[in-house]
Amino acid sequence: MAEKIIGRLSGLYKEFPRKGGTAPTATHYCPGCGHGILHKLIGEAMGDLEIADRTIVISPVGCSVFAYYYFNCGNIQVAHGRAPAVATGISRAEDNAVVISYQGDGDLASIGLNETLQAANRGEKLAVFFVNNTIYGMTGGQMAPTTLIGEKTTTCPTGRDPRFSGYPIHMCELINNLKAPVFIERVAISDIKNIRKARRAVRKALEIQRDGKGYAFVEVLSNCPTNLKQDSQESIDFINNVMTKEFPLGNLRDNSEEAESFKRSVSDFSIDSINGLYDLKNDSSPDAINDPEFGDVQVKVAGFGGQGVLSMGLILARAACKDSRHVSWYPSYGPEQRGGTSNCSVMISGELVGSPVVHSPDVLIAMNRPSLEKFADDVEPGGVIIYDSVASDFKFKQGVKAVAVPARQLAAKGGSERAANTVMLGVLKTLGCTKLSDEVFYQAIADNFAAKPKLIDLNHKILDQAAKWTKENIK
Amino acid sequence: MATQLIKGNHAVIVGALYAGCDCYFGYPITPASEILQEASQLFPKVGRKFVQAESEEAAVNMAYGAASTGHRVLTASSGLGISLKQECISYMAGSQLPCVIVDIMRAGPGLGNIGPEQGDYNQVVKGGGHGNYKCIVLAPNSVQEMCDFTLRAFDLAFEYRGPVYVLADAVLGQMVEPIRFPEKAVEPKIDTSWAVNATAETKENLITSIVLDFQILEDFNYELQEKYALIEKNEVDYEEYKIEDADIVLVSYGISSRICRTTVDQTRKQGIKVGLFRPISLYPFPNDRLKELAGKNGCQFVSVEMSNGQMLEDIKLAIQCSKQVHLVNRLGGNLITMDQIISKIKELAD
Ligand SMILES: Cc1ncc(C[n+]2csc(CCOP(=O)(O)OP(=O)(O)O)c2C)c(N)n1
Ligand code: SF4
Ligand SMILES: [Mg+2]
Repeated sequence: MAEKIIGRLSGLYKEFPRKGGTAPTATHYCPGCGHGILHKLIGEAMGDLEIADRTIVISPVGCSVFAYYYFNCGNIQVAHGRAPAVATGISRAEDNAVVISYQGDGDLASIGLNETLQAANRGEKLAVFFVNNTIYGMTGGQMAPTTLIGEKTTTCPTGRDPRFSGYPIHMCELINNLKAPVFIERVAISDIKNIRKARRAVRKALEIQRDGKGYAFVEVLSNCPTNLKQDSQESIDFINNVMTKEFPLGNLRDNSEEAESFKRSVSDFSIDSINGLYDLKNDSSPDAINDPEFGDVQVKVAGFGGQGVLSMGLILARAACKDSRHVSWYPSYGPEQRGGTSNCSVMISGELVGSPVVHSPDVLIAMNRPSLEKFADDVEPGGVIIYDSVASDFKFKQGVKAVAVPARQLAAKGGSERAANTVMLGVLKTLGCTKLSDEVFYQAIADNFAAKPKLIDLNHKILDQAAKWTKENIK
Repeated sequence: MATQLIKGNHAVIVGALYAGCDCYFGYPITPASEILQEASQLFPKVGRKFVQAESEEAAVNMAYGAASTGHRVLTASSGLGISLKQECISYMAGSQLPCVIVDIMRAGPGLGNIGPEQGDYNQVVKGGGHGNYKCIVLAPNSVQEMCDFTLRAFDLAFEYRGPVYVLADAVLGQMVEPIRFPEKAVEPKIDTSWAVNATAETKENLITSIVLDFQILEDFNYELQEKYALIEKNEVDYEEYKIEDADIVLVSYGISSRICRTTVDQTRKQGIKVGLFRPISLYPFPNDRLKELAGKNGCQFVSVEMSNGQMLEDIKLAIQCSKQVHLVNRLGGNLITMDQIISKIKELAD
């Protein structure tokens, strides 16, 4: 590509040392290429609006990959099509930044279409300058999403045929379907009159950024004399006479007056604030004690989703934690639960817990029959199965102690049919098979329902009743 | 000091908050979604920035943008999402941007399932994307370490200016254990020597990875290799359990290493001298120590991993194939059982 001189404007460097080479004021763009004109308009506006110091221009992949040679502001070069996502990250992290995404049609409307629409739809504080030259310039003239019907490119050598390649994408119109954008306009850099309009649109888009008002999109019909094999005048005529027929110029939206400036939050890094998020002052358990004598207790809790299987396991884990035991809890998760059954493993140990997954439980709590069918045979000899008495006809293997509990009736009597899981917990506690002290169960329930104090009393009462039932009925 | 029962995925956010992480960008995927959800709840409460992105690619590119401005940034996903992030992670390595990426591995290939696996080892430890780069990889094996290693990953990312992974699996993400909360919180400062954070001071800094000149790019690549050499010198980390007199050394990381630990105790009761070597940094891999162990007469190695010998290859390289390395593994979402390891140990002990 030959080198061409563009103006000396405060938003642009006077010389371009990043480019290297012998002509310090010439650009890397081909003679007659529209990219240079648009650079000039953006640089001029950045200078006039005095925003260059807080502006970051994102250089895309395409002929403008080296935009950072020219713009006298912060510069970040990014992956093909991802500029609007990168812009989002910049803008969220640096609220004061004026962020400019400069992209070609392949970059913006093909590989990066999703990022383009999503950033627009979120109303990011971002000015997008979209150079539509109907072609992949950088890679040698392949078909772009904006290539016109019948236009010849190196990948549609007989002209774009909509039967195989669809129709040119109208980006302004697409974006105009979204609510969030503040400003949308299509301009061209084809002649003095159009350049004047383009200058105004560029400035408007950047004023919106200066004021922190939101998203602005400016599509710029541009030329690529090199790949369209046109001379300078032909390429200008192509814009004026052919492209504008497909892509009509004009403003599609300007809400810049009504739009309000908005500020994002300021980050708080203080330790007190973070500790506060977790309520560390009030909610803390003792550290585990190493006590090899304790051995370990492996518990599996299983039932239908909605029976409080997972939360019961968690309350048990909390109780063990309060008792200064090493403990882990591991649930079934994801779509597995959708089928209706769910289970969790609780490991309670006097030493560091190895695998958190219980394969051979010492204690199985089965809230329904399918859980018995699935797990009863895994229970260790000498182990205990506490199950809901609805499954009373189940045949247990030799050597395990099976305790049928009318969990739902006891829960209903205690005041909440939904607390059958607490009944089971009460039985577990009272049978003593977890080797945990009684009081940690009460503490664990209090912690678990700390946000709903009414439920603490209710569940404590149910725990008492389950204990009473166990003492009366189980030897 | 405070201790609470916390889910592994949530512990990542604990680590991030205390590490001064300013931005979280993510996309839902089981079994990592709780990281995203927790960030969405807690980050805004302390003014930190959260965006649910349109894809993993967008999420990691948002991270690229925020990292360019010098802020501390986190993104997390699982296998297939990590595959999508790889292009940008290569850009991060090329542009020397610090970022922490958490991978809660699930079973593959393809959509696979949501069960635990360690099949992302190669794509994470070996660089994953295009080009001559590496990422520091820390492998926690407890909920405590999910928090602590996330915190540490931020320091490493900034010290060496590059992406750093925390590589965990579905079990570690989903399980709950007590953790001790950090006692200090980082108040991060922007490093204006390289960041581009929309100020006059940083205007001349440039974030880019394109280098047209072959010679300059080659030089840059060698500079990167020097950085990796430094990392290999300074950041190797591992844990040993009953290794001194071991005839059989189980090599294992992540959740598998915990199963191994219990196995070591069990088999020692039966009089077989088994030990556990647990790499904590998967890159840099603890080559020297493994080589030293291999020098011991009669000592045998077993790689215990939920993948198809991906780590086994690194053990072989570390010990320069001086010994056979045996494999005990499960795939497809299944955990390795103690019985499985014990039967291999017995086979080797005979
Ligand atoms: C992931 C990826 N795929 C493909 C490319 C190759 N590539 C470089 S530029 C480009 C097209 C650019 O076209 P456009 O966005 O229209 O910009 P122009 O050069 O026309 O200004 C492509 C496909 C790349 N760099 N990265
Ligand atoms: S190839 Fe086309 S778009 Fe690229 S610089 Fe040359 S004229 Fe401009
Ligand atoms: Mg183009």
